[in-house]
Amino acid sequence: MALVKAEKIVKVYKIGEVLINSINGVSFEIEEASFVSFVGPSGSGKTTLLNLIGCLDSPTEGNLFVAGEDVNELDRRQRALFRGKNIGFIFQDFNLIPVLTVYENVEYPLIMVKNVSTKEREERTMKLLDAVGMLEQKDKYPDQISGGQKQRVAVARALVTNPKLVLADEPTANLDHKTAYTVIELMKRMKAEFNTTFIFSTHDPKIVEAAEVIYTLEDGEIVDRHVKGVNSNGKSL
Amino acid sequence: MANLFKIAIRNLARYRRRTILTSSLIAIGVIFVLLFVGVSGSFKNMMIGQMTDSMLGHIQVHRKGYMASIDNLPLTMNMKPQAVKKLEKVFQDIPDVESYSPRIKFGGMLSTFTETTNIRLNGVYPEKEMKTLPLLASRISNGGKEIRKGEIIIPELLSRGMKINVGDIVVVIATNKDGSVNGKQLKVSGIIESVTGPGGRDGYVHIEDAMEILRMEEMEISEIAVRLRDFGKLHSVYNTLNTLLSGELNKQGKPAFEVHTWESLSPFYNIARSIDFMTIFIKAMLTAIVLISVMNVMIMAVYERIREIGTIAAIGTMPGKILSMFVTEGVLLGIIGAIAGNIIGTGLVYLLKVVKITFNFGRQSGLVLSPYVTLYDIVMISLIVTIVAVIGSLQPAFKASRMEPIKALRHV
Repeated sequence: MALVKAEKIVKVYKIGEVLINSINGVSFEIEEASFVSFVGPSGSGKTTLLNLIGCLDSPTEGNLFVAGEDVNELDRRQRALFRGKNIGFIFQDFNLIPVLTVYENVEYPLIMVKNVSTKEREERTMKLLDAVGMLEQKDKYPDQISGGQKQRVAVARALVTNPKLVLADEPTANLDHKTAYTVIELMKRMKAEFNTTFIFSTHDPKIVEAAEVIYTLEDGEIVDRHVKGVNSNGKSL
Repeated sequence: MANLFKIAIRNLARYRRRTILTSSLIAIGVIFVLLFVGVSGSFKNMMIGQMTDSMLGHIQVHRKGYMASIDNLPLTMNMKPQAVKKLEKVFQDIPDVESYSPRIKFGGMLSTFTETTNIRLNGVYPEKEMKTLPLLASRISNGGKEIRKGEIIIPELLSRGMKINVGDIVVVIATNKDGSVNGKQLKVSGIIESVTGPGGRDGYVHIEDAMEILRMEEMEISEIAVRLRDFGKLHSVYNTLNTLLSGELNKQGKPAFEVHTWESLSPFYNIARSIDFMTIFIKAMLTAIVLISVMNVMIMAVYERIREIGTIAAIGTMPGKILSMFVTEGVLLGIIGAIAGNIIGTGLVYLLKVVKITFNFGRQSGLVLSPYVTLYDIVMISLIVTIVAVIGSLQPAFKASRMEPIKALRHV
């Protein structure tokens, strides 16, 4: 069963009196443990699509199933619970909480979202920090580390709750090319290690190369689907 | 919960200057309330103490109907010995009654042989009166502090106006309840200072002299002043007395006695009520200060942290937790202000006590103000600040918790 299944989803925004069709009847399926990229020019609907998959927004029309759940049926509170349980987020601007240390930022979802025991919290946080190579920086605050390091912390935070799906909206946009590549490599490694599905949006062609499945969006429609390999379950993508 | 506090404290530290300014404003409000409560409370209690401990007693019991015509000091409304005995038995059965003092109150003429004027007198048992009114002796400015047979303590106003000194002989003339007039020579043993309120300008004689002047064959008492062990139990003892005496009926089948607390005997009670009202007003001002300060800061905090709110909401933080985060921050702001205000305010009240501020009230001068704050005041003010801080931060916190994560994340 697909982790994400979209059936003719449409998203229309109203700005003033003007209706803008951001997504126009898009259908696709994303399997578990895959590394998927949505590419396309600005305004093509990448971020909107990620927001819909991430239950941050609801489609105007169509059906969207994430982890077997019809997310259109979820109310505000249920969506928050669903996100906390199933989805990790990596943001373009890192979005770390400035008053928390690197360790506390990674630990945050385990306290505020999942209510995990102290011992387990510590183990999981340390494991993730070690995995992203930020263990030595764990007591620093976000303003004391570089952009690349911030995004590593964001990756750790997204993975700490063992989500089925991690969504990354332009995760490398604010990083230099070398650092961006390192972050993408890190995400690939994390996908392999934790068997998590990564979906990210980008318009950096070099970063796109890392993806296993690439959806190209234009004017809110999928104009191309490019499969580079097979997912980690050995299933054809 | 600990994590909510940790995040709230760090967010307050993050905007240090704003936190200091806001909590200072709250602290100033708390300081003013404490100073007002301390000083006005001290003034009020001192005045109540002066009145109850030097003339009224805490409670007075009269024959039913006496109070309605108290200005005339009617001898016909005095209580018979049997009635007084009943009352004494009741007082002795109430453990909260410390002492009581029966009085014969009457009006008469005071003559120095060259001048004559009217005077209001209390015939009392000296020991009982002094025990019931422990500050009475301190009002006797000249002469002995005792009320002996054959002697009179006259009010300061008469002493000054008629140039009467301690040791002088005066004559007291009074009409008894049958209408006949009698007089008795008495030696002035002391001059008593006037105090504001009913009975504040009365003279004192021994109760047996009063009986002799009024030609009483048996002792008929005008009123009994009662002192309680704990002034705080005033209303409970009042209720007990009323209950116990409600069964005592006169020949017409109506209640034989009437019981009054000092509150219905002294006009100062209205001033005391005004002080209480002003205290409420000052507390309302504190409420407004805290409400506006906390609300203002929390609105700004929410506005400045919209993207952060979007982030924590996106990663699955429930709306209730987001609300708690901001309410905790607002409450902490209030608590910091309350703690600082309570410490400084209590210190200032103590300083005022050490400095010994004096003031005049009515005909009394040189009263030393002794301001104080009780633990109850501190707890109440802290509670007000905390509750108002919760209310002040609720609206911004609610707004934060209801924010759509997608809109919040887009905020620039």
